[in-house]
Amino acid sequence: MPAHDVLIIGAGLAGQRAALAAAEDGASVAIMSKVHPVRSHSVAAAGGINAAISVDDDWRSHAYDTVKGSDFLGDQDAIEVMCSEAPAEVMELEHMGVTFHRNDKGEMDLRAFGGASTKRTAYVADITGQAMLHVLYEQLLKHHETVARYEEWFTTSLLRDEVGNCCGAIARDVRTGRMESFTAKNVILACGGAGQAYKPTTNGLIVTGDGIAMAYRAGAPLMDMEMVQYHPTCLVETGILITEGARGEGAHLLNANGERFMEKSAPNKMELASRDVVSRAEQIEINEGRGVGPNGAGILLDVTVVPRKRTLEALREIVNLGKDFAGVDITREPIMIRPGQHYIMGGVKTDVDGRTPIEGLYAAGEVACVSVHGGNRLGANSLLDTLIFGRRSGEHAAKRAASMAMPEVDANAQLREDAERLDAIIARPRDGRRVSEIKSELGETMNKYAAVFRDEAGLHGALETIGRLREEANSAWIDDHGTVFNQDVLGALELGYMVDCAEATLIGALERKESRGAQFRTDYPERNDADWLKHIDITLDDHGSPQVSYSPVTITQWQPEERKY
Amino acid sequence: MPEAHDRPAEQFTLKLRRYDPESGNAPYWDEHTVELEPHRSVLEAILQAKDRFDGSIGVRCSCRQAICGSCGVRVNGEPALACHTHLDAAKLGAKDGVIEIEPMGNMPVIKDLIVDMDAVHWKKIQRVTPWLLAKQPVPEREYLVSKESMVDVTQTMACIQCGACVSDCLAMEVDPGFIGPAALAKAYRFVGDPRDDQQLERLTDLAEDPQGIFDCTHCFKCVEACPKGVNPMGQIMRLRRIAIGDHHIVDQNNGERHEAAFTTLIKDNGLLWEAELLPRSYGGNSWFGKFAPPAGKELLSSLPAILKAVVRGKVTPMGALKPHKIPKPDLKAVQAIYEKIESRPERYELNLYITGEDETVETAESFDDPVAAGVTHEIGGSEAPPTGAEPTDLPPGANGPKEG
Repeated sequence: MPAHDVLIIGAGLAGQRAALAAAEDGASVAIMSKVHPVRSHSVAAAGGINAAISVDDDWRSHAYDTVKGSDFLGDQDAIEVMCSEAPAEVMELEHMGVTFHRNDKGEMDLRAFGGASTKRTAYVADITGQAMLHVLYEQLLKHHETVARYEEWFTTSLLRDEVGNCCGAIARDVRTGRMESFTAKNVILACGGAGQAYKPTTNGLIVTGDGIAMAYRAGAPLMDMEMVQYHPTCLVETGILITEGARGEGAHLLNANGERFMEKSAPNKMELASRDVVSRAEQIEINEGRGVGPNGAGILLDVTVVPRKRTLEALREIVNLGKDFAGVDITREPIMIRPGQHYIMGGVKTDVDGRTPIEGLYAAGEVACVSVHGGNRLGANSLLDTLIFGRRSGEHAAKRAASMAMPEVDANAQLREDAERLDAIIARPRDGRRVSEIKSELGETMNKYAAVFRDEAGLHGALETIGRLREEANSAWIDDHGTVFNQDVLGALELGYMVDCAEATLIGALERKESRGAQFRTDYPERNDADWLKHIDITLDDHGSPQVSYSPVTITQWQPEERKY
Repeated sequence: MPEAHDRPAEQFTLKLRRYDPESGNAPYWDEHTVELEPHRSVLEAILQAKDRFDGSIGVRCSCRQAICGSCGVRVNGEPALACHTHLDAAKLGAKDGVIEIEPMGNMPVIKDLIVDMDAVHWKKIQRVTPWLLAKQPVPEREYLVSKESMVDVTQTMACIQCGACVSDCLAMEVDPGFIGPAALAKAYRFVGDPRDDQQLERLTDLAEDPQGIFDCTHCFKCVEACPKGVNPMGQIMRLRRIAIGDHHIVDQNNGERHEAAFTTLIKDNGLLWEAELLPRSYGGNSWFGKFAPPAGKELLSSLPAILKAVVRGKVTPMGALKPHKIPKPDLKAVQAIYEKIESRPERYELNLYITGEDETVETAESFDDPVAAGVTHEIGGSEAPPTGAEPTDLPPGANGPKEG
């Protein structure tokens, strides 16, 4: 059975950054991912990464913007860590080889982004995530002697020893169907969010909440799960993302009357207000009959106001996306967009070193909730989050590994249990529903009731639906009875993960009886600091029932104030 | 021009190439009919078939927006990303209106549409030392490099490692050891990066490798296949130009000598003098080259091929002794191109990632203009740009995104 100091599950930006950091600190590292690392959804991050690298900028300004963006729900100590370490981290990525766009002096160029008080977003055209992910993978190849890669391995559960510490994981080799247990002194979860619990979503088909659910089932608390970001500019039909970089470069949002409606809700920042504000403003235009297109369900994003040369140079990917996926040349005409599910601010509760309350278990990136994003994440802060807390998790795990012996684990029972669980799914009779049908209903339910606007009745109804879907998922049948690349059986496991994540989101959204950040309750339309300036934590009790508790928001320098853009 | 997406859903029939390694049976065809709007993607059609009819269909996919690089397949025999191919276009290119979907070529099939990229693609990527060998000392802040240089390597950075170019590389079909288009494009990503310290070493390595940069046969398959406009063959040609032009690497594969012979023959005669090409490539770039021992050796070993060509009438003794003749004004025109290109202080390099002009749409879609169509990276093909401006006035990029 393979044994490593640090086992990382997920190989997007957070996972790869953690692997590098741990390897550089002398740990033996394994990184495991259900897809090849460069397919990880970090690849789709387009716009850029925030860091106060300009001589005119200050990390405190970045931190304040982030705190304000979070609607004061972000923990300020964590935000200070992230923003103060950002410039050095971005420089490190540059030194590794990321081809950041330059200005005429040869320095990194910076672009404007939503919710930021100055230009502070470094970028590689509009493929920043791809460039960073591929460069980190280059580094993994370089460090092949110290970093073992388990590519296309699907994790089925986390291992815990008799005192409850995390000490490894059980996984299935997707290519052969072989199950294997992995011992590790530390496990870092870095397997992203749960966007596929929504339909439509900007997230890839692989983003199914695996890490959030596995940690939750192992007893770790989830935090801020009600905070689900709707990105303001997604293609109406498919939900494909149009980068915020478009508005950063100056694009306008227009309603059916051709009005820049953002002047009503954000007269200063206009289109570059934070995402929750812009998405809400768009939804109001749509709900009040000023939308465009079929059923008036869209808003126009007008990129034609950006000089064409600049668009082709700095926004090339969305020029192609417009042509290929919406049939629109964005350099010539406005494109129809709407808010769409994009990101989960919540996740597995961690400290600033990525530690969860379970000893030996870390989490970093979208799977985690530090919380640096609070009620609403600023654009271009997610790449930063993955790198900073990925690195810190890797460093801390390596240090912890150096001071302990390899755990002696007998994983055979759990290995057998997981294998039997999969076999049972494969053997299910065809008398329930298909996995794909249940997944579709789950996504539509979430997108209807846990979206930009929410209310008690809708959330209650959705929670009931999720309860039924959970039952159905337990007997859902699949077609594939093989072992080689049985994606069908993995899909059934992923459905279970997504149901857990969706349920936690609904519970949190029902619990929070106020409007803050991405959570807007039409029945509680005001922010209520007196009662709700706190995190909602959800933990599974010994009977498998979710329990709600609260934890305080850490405030260091910035007292909550009214949020205006 | 893009088309409006307002047509209703219609039926599309897919013919999927299936293979179950556990069954002991040979690959077979599996047909499914799905219903989708014509502008939806082939991937959406496959997923509908998978969701509704048969969950065991094996296909890698994730992002649905042509950035994760998972869903490389062959659609009607041509390599493509399934998510980046519209159903109506696929149907147009299909025999009997049935869209054929197969796994990519040049790589072993694991199951259905899933191929073993590790065995081929990723192995080749690892061949080119795919990480930055950074110049020392590492600066405290960022390396100061020109905007143009970063934009330039971003074209190859934009490669999503989907394998479409590997799938149909003709050179790799004949010589599986060829490093290939994707890996060599990746090599350019470092060779072209001013922060890399090992340009000469990388180029020497790739030029001396018999399966390196001179193993490419200019078939353009990879250029057509690439869904991201990376233009792998163009990057290979740039590696050659930098190896030869900047570093004067004279390789054991005769790549450098072959190119010198080729360009000299065309400059002198206006057309290629085929019979002279081989002896000059091996014996030296002049009429006397054929008398050098290495040329004799090469001629001798090529004798069977030469004789066969004579028998089939492809080579005549007279044609071997005398060059082709073209009218004097034409020859002058050819030579003028040489003068224009060679008199430039810097090489004329195109980068498709970035367009340098404000208005290029009409010309970018005109395929009879090779420069505008984004496929010609050879020096000899670099005519003045469509606007009539001097090449020197152009930024490093000179046209729009590649659209096949």
